Amino acid sequence: MATAREIRRRIRSVESTAKITKAMELVAASKMRRAQQMALAGRPYAERLSWVLADLSETLESMEQSALHPLLQRREVEKASIVLITPNRGLCGGLPTNLNRRAAALNMDIGVPSSLLAVGRKGRDFFRRTDTEIQAEFTDLGDYPEYMDVLPISHIVIDDYTAGRVDQVFLVYAYFVNTMTQEPRVHQLLPVEPPQDEATQAVDYIYEPGRAEVLDELLPRYVEMQIYEAILEANASEQSARMVAMRNATEAAEEMIQDLTLARNKARQEQVTNELLDIVGGVEGMN
Amino acid sequence: MPLKVEIVTAERVVYSEEGVQQVVAPGAAGELTVLPQHAAFITTLMPGELRIARGGDQEEAMAITGGFLEVRNDRVVVLADAAERVEEIDIARAEEARRRAEEAIREQHDLGSLAQTQASLQRALVRLRVAQKRGRRGRPGPPRPG
Repeated sequence: MATAREIRRRIRSVESTAKITKAMELVAASKMRRAQQMALAGRPYAERLSWVLADLSETLESMEQSALHPLLQRREVEKASIVLITPNRGLCGGLPTNLNRRAAALNMDIGVPSSLLAVGRKGRDFFRRTDTEIQAEFTDLGDYPEYMDVLPISHIVIDDYTAGRVDQVFLVYAYFVNTMTQEPRVHQLLPVEPPQDEATQAVDYIYEPGRAEVLDELLPRYVEMQIYEAILEANASEQSARMVAMRNATEAAEEMIQDLTLARNKARQEQVTNELLDIVGGVEGMN
Repeated sequence: MPLKVEIVTAERVVYSEEGVQQVVAPGAAGELTVLPQHAAFITTLMPGELRIARGGDQEEAMAITGGFLEVRNDRVVVLADAAERVEEIDIARAEEARRRAEEAIREQHDLGSLAQTQASLQRALVRLRVAQKRGRRGRPGPPRPG
């Protein structure tokens, strides 16, 4: 049985841990609100752009592979690449582990040599220990990236694809479902797979200035947008996961403090009793 | 049937209204006007002014810096790179951006970044032009009625 003094020291230590996790919870909560707002505000653009592309793709289906825009052409896959979006920092529960595991599984499934574009330190650190080539890393995007900030990533991806250095590109990120739930998602970035939209029927569009020019602008934008959206989703997921993890830690610490306080009271009472017994025993001995 | 108009950027929904009579946009092949019953249509957009008329003399102006416009079944979707309502344009910031870009163009030789700078110059100019035309902040604008 620990002495009252030892237990008191332990309580103080748990209390200061609880203070830190509480502070981190509050910081994460405020970042989470903004990150969630950005993720949700970005969704309409992504959705509308997918509609436009879905509408367009109906007219593309009848075309030969070779006549398609380079970003739409499917090739035999000899080399693939994964864009992995992870948090920069830990203390956000199982999120980085889940993402890394998902990416590693994907890496196995692809079955051809693949390289990695790491967005965020957690993914980079994980794949450093494997023999996967890390082609580029982006670890300084900040909590609230703007559209312009992610363009370098899409440039690398599109350049590599058009130059034939990679034949397939995947995106792995954490989709923000709600504060409690984030799910790792895998998405094929290139070649662009036009989204399917069952509700619409084929319509003959008028293109201005022309179909090729519109696709020339639209497809790179679609790739950029998907990366940007994924990063916004990932940020909202990260902050939510961290807030929840820190809240759990704080609650666990408070529970522990309660248990320790009970143990401390009991130990103190025992000590008092023992001292009394000593005195009583001593007095009796004198009589 | 009037038009349903949505203007969205990657960051937010800038405008979403039904009951619009007419949209005038800076298309790649020149300024274009979309009226109800327009054929299905997709175009790229140039930086410029986008005007939305809601019947009567209600008109809203926006500065947009390129993007796409899709028309289908009386629904107009504008996917803008950036879009600001006139009252949101930060004139001081646009002036500053113009000054910086002009300076950079004078000193610069690298072609890639030159193109980028020119693009940002153009964006700044569009914002200023749209804001000025609507006579904001004491600049010489069109005389107001009344």
